[in-house]
Amino acid sequence: MNTDIVKPENLVYSRTKVLTDATMHYCPGCGHGTTHRIVAEVIEELGIQDQTVGVAPVGCSVLAYNYFDVDFQEAAHGRAPALATAVKRLNPNLYVFTYQGDGDLAAIGTAETIHAANRGENITMVFVNNGIYGMTGGQMAPTTLVGMKSATTPYGRNVELNGYPLRLTEILATLPGTYFVTRQSVHTPAAVRKAKKAIKQAFENQKLKKGLSFVEIVSNCNSGWKMTPVQANKWMEENMFPNYPIGDIKVEGKLVEGIGLDRLVVSSPLSVK
Amino acid sequence: MAVKGEIVIDRERCKGCAVCVGACPNAVIALSKNVNSKGYNYAEAVKDECIGCASCAIVCPDGVISVYRAKL
Repeated sequence: MNTDIVKPENLVYSRTKVLTDATMHYCPGCGHGTTHRIVAEVIEELGIQDQTVGVAPVGCSVLAYNYFDVDFQEAAHGRAPALATAVKRLNPNLYVFTYQGDGDLAAIGTAETIHAANRGENITMVFVNNGIYGMTGGQMAPTTLVGMKSATTPYGRNVELNGYPLRLTEILATLPGTYFVTRQSVHTPAAVRKAKKAIKQAFENQKLKKGLSFVEIVSNCNSGWKMTPVQANKWMEENMFPNYPIGDIKVEGKLVEGIGLDRLVVSSPLSVK
Repeated sequence: MAVKGEIVIDRERCKGCAVCVGACPNAVIALSKNVNSKGYNYAEAVKDECIGCASCAIVCPDGVISVYRAKL
């Protein structure tokens, strides 16, 4: 170690204090860890640590309350947006966010998610989409791509048997209650920077009281996909991104230019290459 | 005067996912042959060419990397 460089005044990056010292239980390389860290960094940068309430889901990120040094509520499976609605309505000056996976937000919690968005609740929702139920052993989720193997679709998801994958973020963008809807990823430094900017915007929007801000993070699940973290990130770029395109969908209450009906209405099933 | 960087990795918390290895523009980081107490091959700096860009720290899912940068 070069002691000329390693001095407190030369520090350019270190773990944020809004995360606790607990070691996260996530698998090596999981996007949840990165997403936790950037949410915590945003809370630190905005200086709202004592005014923030998070709502934890059920799923891999069920223990999120152990990792953020902010107040937390634990919701029943899928009900985080309903609980966040209550917290926000009772404490309108607090910053309230939910942190959910695809099995929580897009499956059992579809009703709560759509209605919270349609009511235009002034909350921030962070949605981590890895196309699988990671915590319970890699079963098929609503977001699993056609042809993608999972514990319950060992020969790949089959439309006749398992139906079509769901792009909930695009559905939410069509509702009048959402103010900011975007899809990001956290697998490269550039992607992390963009995702952090989006999450910051989503938190700042709460002050405007104009509706719900929704940030989807397309993530990997290297354990569920049975790959190394680096392979999983590559597979995600090749198969997840064509079906879950990265970028803003709705900004300041208006659909981004170029997001037409062809993007919002999925004409062919989302499938692996 | 050159900008030099240095990374400090918390070996015990590192899970050896190697996402930082690919993120480093100067290929400074590699996984160690040694393991930490949990059995993970932790990441370590193997070259002295760090520029302190913090790309590794930004993608680290467990936030184990601290980055220092100075003009020497």
